[in-house]
Amino acid sequence: MPEKVILNEEDIRRALTRVAHEIVEKNHGCDGLVFIGMRTRGVPLAERLAAEIKGFEGVEVPIGALDINLYRDDVFSVDWQPPVRPTFMPTDIMGKSIILVDDVLYTGRSIRAAMDALIDFGRPRSIQLAVLVDRGHRELPIRADYVGKNMPTAFDEDVEVRLKETDGRDEVAIIRSD
Amino acid sequence: MRTTKQEELSEPLPPLEAQRSRRRHVLDLDDFTREEIELVFETADAMKEVFQREIKKVPTLRGKTLVTMFYEASTRTRISFEQAAKSLSADVINISASGSSTEKGESLIDTVRTIQALGADVIVMRHYHAGAPYLIAQHVDVTVINGGDGCHAHPTQGLLDLYTMREHLGTVEGAKVVIVGDILHSRVARSNIWGLTKMGVEVVLCAPPTLIPVGLGPPAFPLVTMEPSLDRAVEGADVVMPLRLQKERQQRGLLPSIREYIQFYQLDLRRLSMAKPNALVLHPGPMNEGVEITAEVAHGAQSVIEEQVTNGVAVRMAILYLLMGGAQ
Amino acid sequence: MAIPLLIVGGRIIDPSQGIDKVGDLLIAEGCIAWMGSNKAGELPPEQYQVIHAEGMIVCPGLVDLHCHLREPGFEEKETIATGTRAAARGGFTTVCCMANTNPPIDTRATVEFIQKKAAAEGVIRVLPIGCITKGRNGEEMVEMGELAEAGVVALSDDGNPVADARLMRYALEYSRSFDLVLIDHCEDVSLSQGGVMNEGWVSTRLGLRGIPAAAEEAMVARDIALADMTGGRVHIAHVSTAGSADLIRRAKDRGIPVTAEVTPHHLTMTEERVMGYGWDNEKPCSLPLLAYDTNAKVNPPLRTARDVEALIDALKEGVIDAIATDHAPHEDVEKMCEFDIAAFGISGLETALGSLLTLVHDGKVDLMTLISKLASEPAKIVRKSEIGTLRVGAAGDVAIFDSEAEWVVDPAAFASKGKNTPLGGCLLKGKVMATICQGEIVHKEDAVKLETISREAFRT
Repeated sequence: MPEKVILNEEDIRRALTRVAHEIVEKNHGCDGLVFIGMRTRGVPLAERLAAEIKGFEGVEVPIGALDINLYRDDVFSVDWQPPVRPTFMPTDIMGKSIILVDDVLYTGRSIRAAMDALIDFGRPRSIQLAVLVDRGHRELPIRADYVGKNMPTAFDEDVEVRLKETDGRDEVAIIRSD
Repeated sequence: MRTTKQEELSEPLPPLEAQRSRRRHVLDLDDFTREEIELVFETADAMKEVFQREIKKVPTLRGKTLVTMFYEASTRTRISFEQAAKSLSADVINISASGSSTEKGESLIDTVRTIQALGADVIVMRHYHAGAPYLIAQHVDVTVINGGDGCHAHPTQGLLDLYTMREHLGTVEGAKVVIVGDILHSRVARSNIWGLTKMGVEVVLCAPPTLIPVGLGPPAFPLVTMEPSLDRAVEGADVVMPLRLQKERQQRGLLPSIREYIQFYQLDLRRLSMAKPNALVLHPGPMNEGVEITAEVAHGAQSVIEEQVTNGVAVRMAILYLLMGGAQ
Repeated sequence: MAIPLLIVGGRIIDPSQGIDKVGDLLIAEGCIAWMGSNKAGELPPEQYQVIHAEGMIVCPGLVDLHCHLREPGFEEKETIATGTRAAARGGFTTVCCMANTNPPIDTRATVEFIQKKAAAEGVIRVLPIGCITKGRNGEEMVEMGELAEAGVVALSDDGNPVADARLMRYALEYSRSFDLVLIDHCEDVSLSQGGVMNEGWVSTRLGLRGIPAAAEEAMVARDIALADMTGGRVHIAHVSTAGSADLIRRAKDRGIPVTAEVTPHHLTMTEERVMGYGWDNEKPCSLPLLAYDTNAKVNPPLRTARDVEALIDALKEGVIDAIATDHAPHEDVEKMCEFDIAAFGISGLETALGSLLTLVHDGKVDLMTLISKLASEPAKIVRKSEIGTLRVGAAGDVAIFDSEAEWVVDPAAFASKGKNTPLGGCLLKGKVMATICQGEIVHKEDAVKLETISREAFRT
């Protein structure tokens, strides 16, 4: 399986710094912001975005972790169930501006599940989506508000995001299956 | 108590092997690996979190039907399964032996085939005959969960007991668990022995010899020992689990009297004080307070009997979730 | 009368005469007429029907001391017609049918009913066994003299042990007048009550109520003491434990008139069978879906490997005289249910020889011994000198089997109505190829060639 590294550690850092700035800019500051990382890799990404904002704004944005497995639309068609982890909401999300954070945006199905899950916790003011990579091929009417890198891919390609917290190193690779 | 804290947000995932486990039925704990038990527990942690939400329900099993078939009276197990299924948005149909076709002489297989034809996806069966869940698992194309069969097994109870111990002890490996009472007739004891020994727990069985079946110790179970004296058995124990003693055991001649049983085998504060400080007291229920356990112990600081009930729902949700995956 | 039957080229084994040689056997007018080597001159000049038995074993037709033909009363489980056909397929030419019919065999009328049915619809010899007590109630002795006159060969309340020791004593004493043997199903029901399998590690594992070995042994010991006291002949049915074998050995050493039988399943299977196929004996592992195999539910229950070894030893030493099938056919519905409520019993006539030959293949028992336990010894117990032997003049009862032929047990293909066998799907090595009862071919596999030729043609 030939693979090609598209983003290295530095690229990822720069992209996240930019996205952090865009988030603050678009929301006119950090008031009412809550980062919700989608498990697994959305959580460390959310933590990094929060750290960036703390750096330049001096504000602690609350971070939560969302597991979407209980809301998936393929519960009955996958061969084995992905492990479910607890969801953690750092605060009541009623009236908050939720920044949903994930590593890769692809079909949009995970985001659909995440929005359903979030709504079960309350009625946020808005839900915005930040992703490190948008690889295209949407199957639902969903788009990202903040994108680290747009990465056009073919169907037979896989995008793998690796992060220090989960995989020991920072990089994004395209893997071609043949 | 394990709760999700922000520090734990980026915990590593369970091993891939366990994630990939695909099972069809839960009939006993004998075919669970240690990794699979861990996976159930990790999943149960997530399910417990669902309970703490304002909306205590997730849509995971929408459109699936769980049928509970209880041929033996039970409230806690049946309701626990019912609540677990409903929290996952499954539909639940309860069938009890009275009022069903069994009274008209229909065979168990035919009854279950009818239920399958009505669209059941999971059957939870409690039956007074050991092996009944194996019989139906063999003959019908439905996922079967054993909700307790005769004197054979009660796997979800075994899991929730172990889960409760893990919550308090952190890790159960190397712990000492004393099971005291009517082990001969106890499916809970049998399933617990499988689960506990797989997790590396030392199990001490304590009962009058008339209530201990042959062959539960080594070589089959190297970690299981027998100790007829409760005073000696509880020494240094991390967990003590008295079992319900049915009054009919005396009528069948297995015991001279309940009075004598109480004298030698009741878990009271004095005996509990000989276990480790803060040793846990578990009981699979329903309790005969004043027989196998005193009220002070049952409702005392060391009792986690009520937690067992809450944990039961979380563990059963985990089981249902893990079983329902997969293109069948 | 049909033309004489000549069985050619088989290995003839007849324990009653100590014969084990390749030769030919002539059956004429329903009796053994001649045995000799190929092309011998003393054959009468006639036409023969010739069965080619080259490579096969020719032995006396097997005698089953203990089977349940279920008729009258339980024709849905088996009839004399189907049961005798099943027996023929298993190489049996004589079966002794147990008395637990409905009505039970406790009157001359019932004995005669069975005899008439057997003559009209059966294909082999059926010898009825009468009850010991009226209605098998364990209260009053049957009219033994009348039953003996009517033709019963033994008495038994099989299924129900005679619990009352005093009654058993009187029955044993009284039976001496008619030289009838009393076959006792030894089980102390106060110990076995509610039990569904052997009491031991496996019953603990499965959560099933056990039947301890002591339940059998306690009553074997009692029966031996009574036989010693009364001089009446007692025959212990389906011995299943090492302890029982030991008691019988000591009784025989002391000259007490006791005989005993063992079933093929108790000689070849252990209690682990109840846990279903795929079970690993060595270490505890998970139960397969096929656990709680009701086809392995039998009374007395399948016991431990230690018991099986002891039973084989007892058989070889002559402590156990005979092998009897305890063929117990049941309807499917009685087995397709929870283990606790399933019927006890194994449909065994058609698999008996095939499963027992594994003992021969494994070198545990020799063929001569095996055949004696299936033919000559049981005949002696019921005092029938004309069966279980190939002596000239004896009944023309012959079994022909191929000890090397492999076959897969298919219960659906059984002649018996009872498909209840734990051996379904198992590969057995050793197959009955033809059975001849009183000179008639009552069972024959297609592979066995049959031709009609003259003596002249035969000799050239």
